[in-house]
Amino acid sequence: MADKKKETEEVTFTPTGTGIRTNGEIIRSTELPEPTDKKHDELGLSDDDVIDMYDQMYLQRRFEERAMQMYQKGKFGGFLHLYMGQEAISTGTAYALNDDDDIITAYRDHGWGLVRGVSPKEGMAELYGKETGCSNGKGGSMHFANIEEHFWGGYGIVGGHIPLGGGIAFANKYKQNGRVTACFLGDGAVPQGALHETMNMSQNWGLPCIYAVENNGYAMGTAVHRHSTGEIVDRADGFDMKKMVMNGMDVFTVYEKMKEIATDIRENSQPWFVEIRTYRYRGHSMSDPMKYRTKEELEEYEKLDPVERMKNYLLDEDIIDEDKVEEIKSSVEDTVMEAIEFAEESDYPEKEALYDHMFAEDDYPFHT
Amino acid sequence: MAELQFREAIRAAIDEEMAQDEDIFVMGEEVAEYDGAYKVTEGLLDKYGSKRMIDTPISELGFAGIGVGAAMNGLRPIVEFMTFNFAVLAADQIINHASKVKYMTGGQVNVPIVFRGPNASAGQLSATHSVSYDAMYAHFPGLKVIYTSEPADAKGLLKSAIRDDNPVLFMESEQMYGLKGEVPEEDDFTIPIGKAKVKREGGDVTVVAHGKMYHVATQAAQKLAKDGGVEVEIIDPRTVKPLDIETIVKSIKKTNRCVIVDEAHPFGGLAAEVGYLIQREAFDYLDAPVQRVTLPDTNAPFAKNLFDEWLPSPDQVIDAINTVTYRK
Ligand SMILES: Cc1ncc(C[n+]2csc(CCOP(=O)(O)OP(=O)(O)O)c2C)c(N)n1
Repeated sequence: MADKKKETEEVTFTPTGTGIRTNGEIIRSTELPEPTDKKHDELGLSDDDVIDMYDQMYLQRRFEERAMQMYQKGKFGGFLHLYMGQEAISTGTAYALNDDDDIITAYRDHGWGLVRGVSPKEGMAELYGKETGCSNGKGGSMHFANIEEHFWGGYGIVGGHIPLGGGIAFANKYKQNGRVTACFLGDGAVPQGALHETMNMSQNWGLPCIYAVENNGYAMGTAVHRHSTGEIVDRADGFDMKKMVMNGMDVFTVYEKMKEIATDIRENSQPWFVEIRTYRYRGHSMSDPMKYRTKEELEEYEKLDPVERMKNYLLDEDIIDEDKVEEIKSSVEDTVMEAIEFAEESDYPEKEALYDHMFAEDDYPFHT
Repeated sequence: MAELQFREAIRAAIDEEMAQDEDIFVMGEEVAEYDGAYKVTEGLLDKYGSKRMIDTPISELGFAGIGVGAAMNGLRPIVEFMTFNFAVLAADQIINHASKVKYMTGGQVNVPIVFRGPNASAGQLSATHSVSYDAMYAHFPGLKVIYTSEPADAKGLLKSAIRDDNPVLFMESEQMYGLKGEVPEEDDFTIPIGKAKVKREGGDVTVVAHGKMYHVATQAAQKLAKDGGVEVEIIDPRTVKPLDIETIVKSIKKTNRCVIVDEAHPFGGLAAEVGYLIQREAFDYLDAPVQRVTLPDTNAPFAKNLFDEWLPSPDQVIDAINTVTYRK
């Protein structure tokens, strides 16, 4: 019989500590890799492309700033999880993939919807729960979707949509249509069993899917080193899966890397596991006191703001001037304000809509 | 008596039990450093330290199972789910393991564990965050299920649940956490599991309602007393399983009419079970078929108007009462 361990040491379980740094030192899975040093033309992007990318990023930002104000005014209810700070990921990915490649994500989904054809009007109306919303007012903030344009939606059960991403990729391989699926998840979803089961099958079956972690440092109030061991990206090793870590605050980096990965997947039909490091500027949802991080940490990342960074690039490279920037901003502002007006003026769904969209047939005998 | 919020009553129960039994620990998402997603466990990390207040990753299946294993091996875990809507991921551990280990091993081991957290809907959170799970777990032998409506019941029953040597599911509501109520201050106040309570006396109709729906039933009863002269007797089962059908039947023998209000879908829910039991135990006493008010047979919609339509309302309860009393 082995000796019993002495009972003198203090027992601990979950690692403790606020923030993603301790005494100035980065803990794990949060150091930002260098962004790409390529210019837009070296990446095959035209001036118009990059102006368009900025326009799109600024739209995502402004849409949410205004949505937040409307929420605070009590114009609509439910959860509101803001994507602010992460716009380079949605934008870089959407530009890197083909329009018929598939995207699926979790509940922090406004940016993904907007970049994949949910109009600001349909998006805002969905937040308001109006019948003109992209999901007919049935889903709200967490369930933006535009399946026609291969955006399969936002999902509210952490990790629940990961196997769905695998299944969409499975169907694409089955039909040999050459489409790539990009399945986005938060760092908080990494510890869910669903990810690991799906990664195993995906590698073994050669599914054409990118499992991309948007690591913004926190799952609600839990810093990444408190919820996950080791480096997140190394999860790939156990499955012999190709992997990459990238800077998620720079849209060109995301564009460049996602394009390379998609090309590889199209050639080899093997999945990738990608960790994209980023930061969430707002609280987890609207009721988060944010005691788990310091103001200094937030400010440090605000200096890296992906939207500002893109604007500065456009100015520094003389692609556009200050006047043009103002023009883009005010046109986006108009678009967002029109969206709010549209949402406010739209009708709520008819009472009968409660029973719509439950089954394929429209005469299902509901139980009473 | 002390006036406590629902969340304070739950916290007090956990705190008192932890203070007297070193083997009790709390585990769940955001329970420690964040002070609880809904501030139920606020301050307990400072008091009991990180050995006994454990933040978990988002791994419901894993931490529920670690709780079951720890319970088998002599500890008394309190596992918090951010809501029972997320406990669906842990259902294998609750249904296949916690409820069956003792039986399968011929009684060699107990599983003294409490799974607790909010149940059912909490406003416009749409389809995946709005389901009521008490009747589903009650379906499975080997589990006790509690879904309380008021702070005093919550405190007394949670203390009993923590002391119970079996797996107990203890359900709350995000929307009730701020609700205040009188809670007895007596030392070691507990309420036995499996006892319903007559919460309002009346001679005309029995209304059975638990959890959040107890408050909907109360509003209906108050309105009827004012406008219509109908006196409603409200019975709160408090414990879904084991179910105290005697208290319900006793009331029906007096009122001869019954309405059940349940925040679950109609098929196979608590309302269905109670309805069956009433016809078996009190058939000859009924002056009208038993009515129920439940959610419709659809998922939870987001839109405010649809959500309000979806959730049982006092007016629906009044309609059902009018039906069993033949007032319309
Ligand atoms: C299965 C499940 N458990 C818990 C929750 C509650 N919850 C919603 S979001 C969240 C944090 C997720 O963090 P992360 O995956 O990092 O995404 P982020 O919020 O950073 O975008 C938690 C705990 C949930 N929705 N589903």
